[in-house]
Amino acid sequence: MGDQPRPAKKTAKSRPKSASTNEPEFVQLLTPEGRRVNHPDYDLNLSDEEYRGLYRDLVITRELDAQGTALQRQGQLGLWPSLLGQEAAQIGSGRALKPQDTVFPAYRELGVQWARGVDLLSSFALFRGTDLGGRDVIGDRFHMYAIVIASQTLHAAGYAMGVAKDGAVGTEDGEAVIVYHGDGATSEGDFNEALIWAGVFNSPLVLFCQNNQYAISETNARQFRLPPYRRAEGFGVPGVLVDGNDVLATYAVTRAALDRARRGEGPSLVEAYTYRMQPHTTSDDATRYRDEAELDFWRGKDPIVRYRKWLSSQGLGDESFFAAIDTEAGELVRELRARVMALTDPEVSEMFDNVYAEMPSSIAAQRAEALDFQASLEEGSDVR
Amino acid sequence: MTTMTMVKALNEGLRRVLEDQPKSLVMGEDVGRLGGVFRVTDGLHKDFGSDRIIDTPLAESGIIGTAIGLALRGYRPICEIQFDGFVYPAFDQLVSQLAKIPNRSGGRVRLPVVVRIPFGGGIGAIEHHSESPEAYFAHTAGLKVVTCSNPADAYWMIQQAATGDDPVIFFEPKRRYQAKGEVDTAAAELDLYRARTVREGRTATLIAYGPTVDVAANAAAAAAEEGLDLEVIDLRALSPIDWEPLFASVRRTGHAVVVHEAPGNIGVGAEIAARLTEECFYSLEAPVLRVTGYDVPYPASRLEDDYLPNLDRVLDAVDRSLEY
Repeated sequence: MGDQPRPAKKTAKSRPKSASTNEPEFVQLLTPEGRRVNHPDYDLNLSDEEYRGLYRDLVITRELDAQGTALQRQGQLGLWPSLLGQEAAQIGSGRALKPQDTVFPAYRELGVQWARGVDLLSSFALFRGTDLGGRDVIGDRFHMYAIVIASQTLHAAGYAMGVAKDGAVGTEDGEAVIVYHGDGATSEGDFNEALIWAGVFNSPLVLFCQNNQYAISETNARQFRLPPYRRAEGFGVPGVLVDGNDVLATYAVTRAALDRARRGEGPSLVEAYTYRMQPHTTSDDATRYRDEAELDFWRGKDPIVRYRKWLSSQGLGDESFFAAIDTEAGELVRELRARVMALTDPEVSEMFDNVYAEMPSSIAAQRAEALDFQASLEEGSDVR
Repeated sequence: MTTMTMVKALNEGLRRVLEDQPKSLVMGEDVGRLGGVFRVTDGLHKDFGSDRIIDTPLAESGIIGTAIGLALRGYRPICEIQFDGFVYPAFDQLVSQLAKIPNRSGGRVRLPVVVRIPFGGGIGAIEHHSESPEAYFAHTAGLKVVTCSNPADAYWMIQQAATGDDPVIFFEPKRRYQAKGEVDTAAAELDLYRARTVREGRTATLIAYGPTVDVAANAAAAAAEEGLDLEVIDLRALSPIDWEPLFASVRRTGHAVVVHEAPGNIGVGAEIAARLTEECFYSLEAPVLRVTGYDVPYPASRLEDDYLPNLDRVLDAVDRSLEY
């Protein structure tokens, strides 16, 4: 598990690295060995319960995500995009949100969804194919998964414009908007347009880039010469690089970015430097483009292992605490699994019902035709 | 009754929307102090301020994408795409996001966004300024697609488009922008999704929309001098199409000619021909004919008179149908 030299090809040349650790110069509050370190600009002082809560979130997120992979392997989901390895980036940022904040996810944000307190079933329904992932997204303040890469960054930028128009920024209780995207998204036009929009309208937006090193098979080297947190500066938007496997650092950095937004000081970008431990999705074969040594290197930076070490060292968690969390996670997994398995196929009529606010007569006619045809087949089978 | 140009009618219609609906916004390139390159938003910035009349960065995907976000926040954006040929950078946001998010949400989210697009040729413009991309959008479920052909319709239709809860692609025939017409600003509102019979007739049915309504009406007037009694129908809505008036007319006349500027291949006219064949088969005396742009990129402007459907081509098609 010891640190191996990081494969040079995975790092954009322009990313400065610390000579001592061979890690990028990111904000880190907890080393991979579980040692708490200080940073001149960021600090975090949570209550003991909050610290323990982060551990609970990390473990539960990992277990629920693993169940997604298992359900896919058992034929119960069509696809699953695992977040394994990215738990700290999602829980740290997700727990930094205040109730009034709004989230625009990409499609791998199960941990943020958990941290937000939003029922996870919709994400499983989406990948099971029983619906398209719809929820009360306005009330949840957690919008729908966005499959087209970076499309959601513009929705978030527009939503944030609306927040500012509503006068809901400018105080410590103001609203902030956060949008999640990956390293691949930074190559899309929409991402760059979102930075322009958020910048020129000074919108309360945090762009949270989970740089998990891969856009399916392509590394950072094929997406940018200058890392996203530095590119943001070119748009007049402050950028900060954070250790994405450090839940304390992602919490502290995201909280600062959100507070800046809610105070009306404008957008910023957080690049969480992390690693996708699983293939892109269950349909991907990552052995074609990366090797075991690289995975070992990142196993040594596991977000949960380091956090558990630190909790132990601080007397914040003992074996019975960790065991209790494991038990709770197991129960949550069983409960979720049962609910996923109970998701039945939708009615044929459902594909027609929500296309328009006012259903055109042409669609109403097709709906009736489809239902009649289905009924005629059922009658026919009775006859036989 | 007031006489005004289509530009003025749209401007007055937008002004009423902005007055009546505090959440409505106008956004696009140069829509603010300039008043838009066609002056459709002239004076709105002065009267409603930069908070509601928003000059956007020059990025069409950004315009539509942020309009979606604003709609999710409860606003009612009316976007301007400066020219037809500039809409394509926004294609994903229009067809995969704006059109599909309400359905994706299971009907829990509505996106009341209007996208105004000046379209069509006939103004001697350079490339990308004369196109008719309506079929792309009419093909996309979740969008409504409409086009006005005269100032009165423009005045009322833009208000109706901005009042509904579905996304509407609103095509404005730019070569009719300066044509004047009577507008009754006090009249009961028409229904923008209902086709309009421009002229009643018994010999054959001309079906047109946007800029070709005037072409068809002129053709019918010329044909009348030769004793032909042509019916002219303005579709107004391309998605959903108001079919019943078309079926009723064609059952009466037995002849149908569809006229549009867009290329004929896989176009709106093809769908109309197919549906008329399905619904009016025993009434038809001839195949449904189409007079459209050719299946080539919009030509250099010195050739556009040869590309665009005109009076002679329409009358020729009517003759072919009647002689069939």
